[in-house]
Amino acid sequence: MSATAAALAEPPVSPLGAKKAIGLETIGMTKIFGSMVALGDVSIKVKPGSFHALLGENGAGKSTLVKCIMGFYQPTRGSVLIDGRETEISNPKVARDVGIGMVYQHFTLVPSLTATENLVIARADVPSVIDWKKEKKSLDALFDRMPFRVPLDVPVSSLAAGEKQKLEILKQLYLDQRFLILDEPTSVLTPGEADEILGLLKTMTDAGDLTILMISHKFREVTAFADEFSVLRKGEYMGGGVTANVSVAEMSRMMIGDMKLRERAARKTFEKQPVVLDLAGICAEDDEGLPAVDAVNLKIRAGEIVGIAGVSGNGQSELIETLTGQRDLTSGRFFVKDQPYEPSREKMAKFKVFGLPEEPLKNACVRRMTVAENLAFRSFDQPPISKRRGFLSPGPMRAKAKELIAAYRVKTPGPDEPIENLSGGNVQRAVLARELSTQVEVLIVANPCFGLDFASIAEIRSQIMDQRNGGAAVLLVSEDLDEILELSDRVAVMSEGRIDYVAPIGETDRATIGQAMAGHH
Amino acid sequence: MDDAGLSTVLFAMIAGAIRVSTPFLFVSLGECLTEKSGRINLGLEGTLVFGAMSAYAISYETGSPWLGVLVAGFAGMMFGALHGYICKLPKVNDIAIGIALMLFGTGLAFFFGKAYIQPAAPRLPSIPLGWWSDNPQIRQVMDVNPLFLVGAVLAVAMWWAFKNTRLGLVVRTTGDSAPAALALGVNVNLVRFLATAAGGFLAGVGGSFLSLFYPGSWTEGLSSGQGLMAVALVIFSRWNPLACFGAALLFGAAGALGPALQSIGISRGYHFFNAAPYLMTLAIMILSISPKRSLKGAPGELSITK
Ligand SMILES: Nc1ncnc2c1ncn2[C@@H]1O[C@H](COP(=O)(O)OP(=O)(O)OP(=O)(O)O)[C@@H](O)[C@H]1O
Ligand SMILES: [Mg+2]
Repeated sequence: MSATAAALAEPPVSPLGAKKAIGLETIGMTKIFGSMVALGDVSIKVKPGSFHALLGENGAGKSTLVKCIMGFYQPTRGSVLIDGRETEISNPKVARDVGIGMVYQHFTLVPSLTATENLVIARADVPSVIDWKKEKKSLDALFDRMPFRVPLDVPVSSLAAGEKQKLEILKQLYLDQRFLILDEPTSVLTPGEADEILGLLKTMTDAGDLTILMISHKFREVTAFADEFSVLRKGEYMGGGVTANVSVAEMSRMMIGDMKLRERAARKTFEKQPVVLDLAGICAEDDEGLPAVDAVNLKIRAGEIVGIAGVSGNGQSELIETLTGQRDLTSGRFFVKDQPYEPSREKMAKFKVFGLPEEPLKNACVRRMTVAENLAFRSFDQPPISKRRGFLSPGPMRAKAKELIAAYRVKTPGPDEPIENLSGGNVQRAVLARELSTQVEVLIVANPCFGLDFASIAEIRSQIMDQRNGGAAVLLVSEDLDEILELSDRVAVMSEGRIDYVAPIGETDRATIGQAMAGHH
Repeated sequence: MDDAGLSTVLFAMIAGAIRVSTPFLFVSLGECLTEKSGRINLGLEGTLVFGAMSAYAISYETGSPWLGVLVAGFAGMMFGALHGYICKLPKVNDIAIGIALMLFGTGLAFFFGKAYIQPAAPRLPSIPLGWWSDNPQIRQVMDVNPLFLVGAVLAVAMWWAFKNTRLGLVVRTTGDSAPAALALGVNVNLVRFLATAAGGFLAGVGGSFLSLFYPGSWTEGLSSGQGLMAVALVIFSRWNPLACFGAALLFGAAGALGPALQSIGISRGYHFFNAAPYLMTLAIMILSISPKRSLKGAPGELSITK
């Protein structure tokens, strides 16, 4: 037993006795939403003390399965066995009491509460009056044994995404849970952070203190940390096995069947293309009114992808928001083809500026409107949807939506489903369908593959490449350096709101970019 | 204005702050609690008026003003509970229900209150906290109603409880993120129902102050929108009970400006100065909004911020 794991076996706060890792089994789990079978008769077995990976493409039903286990959803049919005994889990509180904890795909921390408050309130035995001194002391004691820390006394809303994710996991360890479900825990972490956290969890499963069921799209993590895996496809169990005995190629075949991955189009070479998008001295402030983007100058030519690399929180989101019209400039100007450009609806249409912002459900959709309506955001005020001024025809809108849903393979029960009911990956596809289905001159993309399965990633990256080859000027912001290196013609690095390093892809390498990201160059 | 006049006005405003602020304080604390749990109850204006009427009626019928206060509180709780219950039904908007209950509460109060406009009911006593001074002005200012003190203590207690008790954290969690509360196994609807009912209780008590202490009789124009202004006051106070107390004092003082000026013979613009609290509400709303950021401290589940 490693030192960390030994320390965790005796938590200072809630000594619930020497509990051991829990084994869990689902029998014939089925969940039907309306007319749609999200989960059909899924039986998986997770052995005590194992690190189990749950794989599947976007919308395969992974989140639905674990939410049914947690009692967050009531399964239509099926049951859960815990250590071989059938156990009814009617709500998340029951799950917590039997020792099952979950880190959800979307954060479940309370934004206005501090980390300390969030941790304490999650406990089963919160005293009516809380002695903060005592709680802080025991938290400090717990955190001293952890390989990483998070700020404890500021509201969680002011933490970076990576810190929130660490806090979510720390919360489960603090609660001393013996079966941990992680829904894409590393999508907001850097590879280094991910290794740190998963490494810690792995020592605990190896010691037999903890069982882990992890949903992940990253094969690197699955092969490095998971002992066993199960695969879902279209709501059904496709098989599983011991990770060490199965190749990545075999796993991906189980996930998507024999569907061919879309081939990446070759990079077309262009000569002497005109500048299309020009960012001239862009400055902007963050929500607190502090400078976030500091005099950014960047010129992007037609048929060129400029990738902006950087550690998250260095002003990339703010820069994108100024371009999409979500944030005011404090100074500077945009030009498209040498004409001044402000992100208004008319100018976007006139200059054919399109975008895939990060967190599309929040930044590019209206959650409660239907898929068809969301797909019509660019075109609802033009014929054929609006033939006469001000009047919409739902028929053409739905027809257009059906066409886009088919062309971009958006998995949805139908065009009239509220878009918030789609799985994360399918929301992304829907936005992509809307933004790329007409001619594009300027494309602004931020973290486009966040949370997507490998097939969708291949699809989206080749779509972006197609747009470039078609002559669009593409600005790509990504926290994934591999993505930048794969797609960009030129790489820019953003650090503390500034872009001081720009280089053609052929004249730079990972190490140089890494240094620039850390602020040295 | 000479020195004596100025000090008269100041004293009158301080006295006003203490006297007039109590209903503001109770309603805003009640609304603060409700909004912290993630719902807005605009019906508190109606609750306030109904509380005033029922307190007056009970005091008149039984001779005990304190019983009146209690009954007003329970009547308010019923209104809060009604709001809380209706809002948990699907596809219901809390603001619309609030407006409906506001009209319902005032209407019901006018209906039952017709008989009590004339008779005089026993009023709440005051505590002479100014005994140490010979200055009659100071003695008058320090004639404090017990409810004011209760409200002040309550503000501090709520501020403390939101930070330091399980109940306080559960209410804040529910108001800030329903999914997070669900993941903790909290019954979101129940918490909101109870918070709205408790908020209604406080608003009812605030109403009893109007009819039983200051102005001290039951008339139909008694509240003149104080319940609604208290809602604005909660936003101004950034959902902080201590700030609610300060803001209530400020509104009380503004409300006393007109009569105070009149008492030293400045009657020009009397109605204008009487409108001071309303103008202040408007000014605060304009100053505290920003197109760039959402309100700081606003509970994330409120239908206005969501
Ligand atoms: N509340 C809901 N109402 C209706 N349909 C839903 C609901 N939640 C999920 N679905 C549907 O169930 C299917 C499975 O969704 P789920 O979220 O489990 O996918 P997933 O495997 O977690 O995908 P991802 O990798 O994108 O997170 C999706 O097609 C989705 O549209
Ligand atoms: Mg999911």
